[in-house]
Amino acid sequence: MIGGLNRRAARLKATLWTLAVPPTVWALHFLFCYVWAAVRCAKRGPTETIGDIRIGIAVATVVALIPIVASGYIAWAQSRTEGDPPPHNASTGPDRLRFIAYATLLLAGLSFVSVLFVAAPALVFTDCR
Amino acid sequence: MRSSSSVLTAAAGAGKTNVREQVECNGDPMTSDECARRTGGPNLERTLRLAALPVTLLLSGCAGVQSAMSPFGVEAAATARLTWVMVAGAVLISVAVAALVVRAVRAPEGSLSHSGGMSLILWAGAIGPTIILFGLLITALPMMRQLPVAPNDLTIAVGGEQFWWRVQYRPTGAPPVEDANLVRVPVGRTVRILLTSPDVIHSFWVPGLAGKVDMIPGRTNTLVVRATKAGTYRGQCTEFCGLAHAKMAFDVVAMEPRAFDAWLVQARTPTRLSSPAQAGALTPPLHPGPGLRRGTEGAAPSGQALYTSYGCAGCHAIRGAGGRIGPDLTLLPQRRSLAAATLPLNPATLAAFIRNPQSVKAGVLMPRFAEMSDAEARAIAAYLLEPK
Repeated sequence: MIGGLNRRAARLKATLWTLAVPPTVWALHFLFCYVWAAVRCAKRGPTETIGDIRIGIAVATVVALIPIVASGYIAWAQSRTEGDPPPHNASTGPDRLRFIAYATLLLAGLSFVSVLFVAAPALVFTDCR
Repeated sequence: MRSSSSVLTAAAGAGKTNVREQVECNGDPMTSDECARRTGGPNLERTLRLAALPVTLLLSGCAGVQSAMSPFGVEAAATARLTWVMVAGAVLISVAVAALVVRAVRAPEGSLSHSGGMSLILWAGAIGPTIILFGLLITALPMMRQLPVAPNDLTIAVGGEQFWWRVQYRPTGAPPVEDANLVRVPVGRTVRILLTSPDVIHSFWVPGLAGKVDMIPGRTNTLVVRATKAGTYRGQCTEFCGLAHAKMAFDVVAMEPRAFDAWLVQARTPTRLSSPAQAGALTPPLHPGPGLRRGTEGAAPSGQALYTSYGCAGCHAIRGAGGRIGPDLTLLPQRRSLAAATLPLNPATLAAFIRNPQSVKAGVLMPRFAEMSDAEARAIAAYLLEPK
C-alpha cells in the first residue's frame, strides 16, 4: 500500500502552485484562529471560559495539518526523482522538479511547525483575558 | 608592552592622514591597520578594566524600588526568570554560531561533502531552531496566563489622570476608600486592579510587580497581581501623556495582609469627626468671605479656614466632602511623597507646591496661587498634614 502511495505521489507534478499550498493553509489557519477567538471574546465578557474556542482551534489545526502533511509527502516523493547526479543544479526537467519539490517539502515543514505554534496558546489560555 | 603602545600611537596618528602608511610594528614594517590587528588593537586589559565600571553601574541599576530585575510580585518574577532564560539562550546560540563561523573560515575547502553540508543546514538551520523555539514557546506560554482571580478578591480601581493617579480600594462588603498616588497591596493575596483614564492614554507599570498595562479612556483594563515580598516600591506612567509625564509616578507599598486589613479599617475611620464643630467645618461654604482670607478678624486664620477660603475644596475632597477634580487629600498625611512621587513630603515642599504647582509639574490643572503668602501656604500645608 505504501509503495502504491509512493508511486501515486511521484506521478503528481510539483509546480509553483502546489509549492504555495502549505503556506496558504498556514495563513488561513492563522486567520481563522485569530478572527474566531476575537469575535467570540468580543461577544462575551473577558472572564468567560473559552472551551468552545479551544475545541474549534483544535479541529481547525487537525484540518490544516492534513493538506500540509499531504503536500509534504508528495513533495518528498518527487524530490527523489531520478535524474542527473548531484548537486542537482542543472537546467534540466528532473532537476527543476527536484528543486521545486524540495522547496515545497521545506515549506511544508515550516508550515507544519507554524500551525502548531499558532495553536499552542489555546492549550494554555482558558478565558478571554 | 611599551613598544606596542608607542607603535599604536603612531598607527593612530597615521590613521588620521593615511591608513595605509607604513609603520614599524614590534620591529616589522607593516601598514597601521595590520599592526593594530597583530597587537590586538588598543590595550585590551585597559579597555576591559574601563568597561567594568559602566557594566557595574548598569547592573547596580537592576536593583532597587523600580526594577523588573528585582521583582516582588508573581508576574514580575516570571518575567525576570524568562529574561534570564532568554539571555542565557541568546549567549549560547551566539557563541555556537561564532564558533561555527571560525571553524568554517579556517576549514580547508572540500572538507565538508555535499550531503554533509546539506544535513548541516537541515539540522543547524531548520530542525535545531525549531526545537529551540518550541522549548521557548513551552517555557513562555504558561507565563502569559493571567493569575486566576475570585469575585471576592480585593479590587483596586486606578485612574491615570494628567499627571497623577486616582486610587480607590473596593473591598467586598465594605465602603470604598479613596486615595491618590500611592497603591497599597497585601502580600500573598490576589488583587484585581482596574485601569482606566478620563483624559488621555496613560500606562500603569510597577516593574517589580507585573507587566505594564495601558489605561485607555472609555475602556477598563484589568491587571491581576500578587505581591510576594513586603516593602516600598515605585511605579511610573509609561505612555507619554503630556508635559509632566515623566513626573507621573507613584509609590507602591506591599504590606503584610493583617497590616493591610488594619490600615483599610483605619483609613475608613475619620479621626477628627468626634467634634461636631470640626465635622461641620469639613463641609466648606461655597462662597467664603474675603475678610477670612485676609485675616482681618483678629487672629491669623487657621489652615482649615484658609483651605476653605482659597476654594481648595472645589477640586479636592477630604472625607468625601469636596470636588473630585484633583487628588483626594484625606490620606495625604500617610503618603510617602508629594506630587505623584516627585517630591519628598514635608510642610516646606507641600507649602511651595500649593503656591506654585506649575513650577514642579508643568501643565498640571491646579492653578498658581500668586496672592497666597508663604505663611498662608504653610498653614494650609500644616492642616493638610494633620490626620483627618
